[in-house]
Amino acid sequence: METTAARPTSTLGKIIWAILAIIGAACLAVIALQRGEPINAIWLVAAAVAIFLIGYRFYGKFIEHRVLQMDPSRAPPSVLRNDGLDYVPTDKWVVFGHHFAAIAGAGPLVGPVLAAQMGYLPGTLWILFGVVLGGAVQDFMVLGLSVRRDARSLGHMLREELGPLAGVVAMFGLLALMMIVLAVLALVVVKALTHSPWGTFSVACTIPIALLMGVYLRWLRPGRILEVSLIGLVLLLASIAYGAHVAATPALASLFDFDAKSLAWLLIIYGYIASVLPVWLLLAPRDYLSTFLKIGTILLLAIAIIFAAPQMQMPAVSRFIDGTGPVFQGQLFPFLFITIACGSVSGWHSIIASGTTPKLLSNEGEARMVGYGGMLMEAFVAIMALIAAASLHPGVYFAMNSPAAIVGTTVEHAATVISQWGFVVTPDELVRTAHEIGETTVLGRAGGAPTLAVGMAQLLHNILPGEGMVAFWYHYAILFEALFILTTVDAGTRVGRFMIQEIAGLVHEPLKGTESWIGNILATTICVALWGYFLYQGAVDPLGGINTLWPLFGIANQMLAAIALMLATVVTVKLKRERYAWVPGIPALWLVICTLTAGFEKVIGPISFTAAAQKYTQAMQEGTLMAPAKNLGEMQRIITNNAVDATLTAVFILLVLTMLGFSIYAIIKALRASAPTAHEAPRVALASLASGSI
Amino acid sequence: MTLLRIWQRLVQTARLSCGVPDYEVYVTHLRTHHPERKIPTYAEFFRDRQVARYKGTGGRCC
Repeated sequence: METTAARPTSTLGKIIWAILAIIGAACLAVIALQRGEPINAIWLVAAAVAIFLIGYRFYGKFIEHRVLQMDPSRAPPSVLRNDGLDYVPTDKWVVFGHHFAAIAGAGPLVGPVLAAQMGYLPGTLWILFGVVLGGAVQDFMVLGLSVRRDARSLGHMLREELGPLAGVVAMFGLLALMMIVLAVLALVVVKALTHSPWGTFSVACTIPIALLMGVYLRWLRPGRILEVSLIGLVLLLASIAYGAHVAATPALASLFDFDAKSLAWLLIIYGYIASVLPVWLLLAPRDYLSTFLKIGTILLLAIAIIFAAPQMQMPAVSRFIDGTGPVFQGQLFPFLFITIACGSVSGWHSIIASGTTPKLLSNEGEARMVGYGGMLMEAFVAIMALIAAASLHPGVYFAMNSPAAIVGTTVEHAATVISQWGFVVTPDELVRTAHEIGETTVLGRAGGAPTLAVGMAQLLHNILPGEGMVAFWYHYAILFEALFILTTVDAGTRVGRFMIQEIAGLVHEPLKGTESWIGNILATTICVALWGYFLYQGAVDPLGGINTLWPLFGIANQMLAAIALMLATVVTVKLKRERYAWVPGIPALWLVICTLTAGFEKVIGPISFTAAAQKYTQAMQEGTLMAPAKNLGEMQRIITNNAVDATLTAVFILLVLTMLGFSIYAIIKALRASAPTAHEAPRVALASLASGSI
Repeated sequence: MTLLRIWQRLVQTARLSCGVPDYEVYVTHLRTHHPERKIPTYAEFFRDRQVARYKGTGGRCC
């Protein structure tokens, strides 16, 4: 078995790495040990950069050479199957950019904001070490495995390496995850737009803007993506600016003023229509706009943090690590590790890392930069989101993210409750913040997006001052997230439809045909009904929805990550490299422990869905109504919703256990075998292929 | 790397992130390996890729 020898590091190199290690350790020490006075966010940025560089240089290289044994002289799928379209050997920087654009989504912007209720330290440590030892390992190893297997998908590799049944089980897990992702992301939009005419108006404007762009790209100037995206951007900014006028004019504002339930219905209807329209009309143009806006906004956030260099106002560790926090329930272990999924370890990435990216890598030697490096970049985005949230006034943070059931619906009541927690805030401060961002209230805006938007708006306002600019930046950030999430909802519904048709095809072959019009409509309806159910449930939830649905999403996402890492462990053993099995094995085991513990706590015990259902059942038997239910029908609905959530969590637990069983079985079998049993594609030397013929 | 080249790479990355691969590369590939096939115009190529992007497992994360 050949291993590519790593070039020895020069003396100067060693000195530089040693200095970097000291800087990283010093920054971490400042972050972890500073008590009493607030620290500057730059310490976090510096610690992150140092740790990521060291992780990339040493652990990434270790995985590249020892565990995956990447071989730059071996022809990758892009060369062997070059078709000029999907399989094309591509410049590594281009592949890196494409990969990052595909993996970075709304997830790393939401989870860390929610986790900030425990203080910034737990989240920071989990992001930094979780990504170096878990998330980046997963992305890199799945990419490495896929490159060795003709760029096969995760599902295909699971079927091959763990058996056909494991593949089917994973398929159901993936579908369930998809539905929860779509529901929870749509709920983030609902939370951000509830009774916000300005936000709703500018988000609504994206529909005609996208349609216009679609027509322009299709008929007027085919394929001019950059040009049309610039036009779209100008129109979007104009719609944000005009939104201020809409919000200030009562007659116009009332047209765009909706409660959570109506917004949920609007999103469900919109999602359905959008996903059956031709892609070029609405989905594709909005996708272009959101892709560019996403990268642009991430850069903007980085610039804002570096230039504004904010102080962290949230304590390093808050009292809510004991599990009594208002944003999400549950103790630090395991719920921190569930709440921050994307940014630290994200199971969804295993789909991307075994999708388009392995078809583009022109050389196995570039997999570390794209797979490991790409994930480190995403972790950096998560750190920035955490900074934006933790540099906000904690009183404002908790007012925005706590459910009405805990802090009430008036600023006076909220300020009293939050001040009692030790985060002193006056009603006046909350009113002023709402006024600054051009909204009527900041209460009940859970879901990460609005908090991030306020944080970002204040940071940007620090470096670009101007009258009314906080409100503009706030609505820009809301629009950016909404645009991005709507694209995910639309594209995700299409993907969900294919998944449903594939599963239906297992039962009845003809249902698989994606060209069948009736099959399409049927599968789309099922798909929208599934995520729509959870979205609506979130909109009527007594705890505001995010509090309930985000743990479900976290459990599902980490479950997928655990499955991907278990696959990597199995393959490592099958390749007879069992001495390195701990590399994917330890994070896999950690995620299994976290998902199972969180899962059990959500099924049985004081913070479980079952307990919530029981509380309402008891109240119903006593003949009393519990908020927010206004009648017995609504009481019954809350009970049913909690029962559904408990069942779903139980299914996730069962899924993890099943996959764990399959993995252990495969590992034992592989250990007994005398030769490697992994299904790698045969090696073809890159040099044996005449250059130019590819 | 010259500025022009950096710009070209940026454009290529931006297009690829939207699911549109390099047109020139595809045309060269067709000319070399499939001379019998008709070479699509950029507009045709673009439309085909637009549809292809949203099939299968999609290309984005949460």
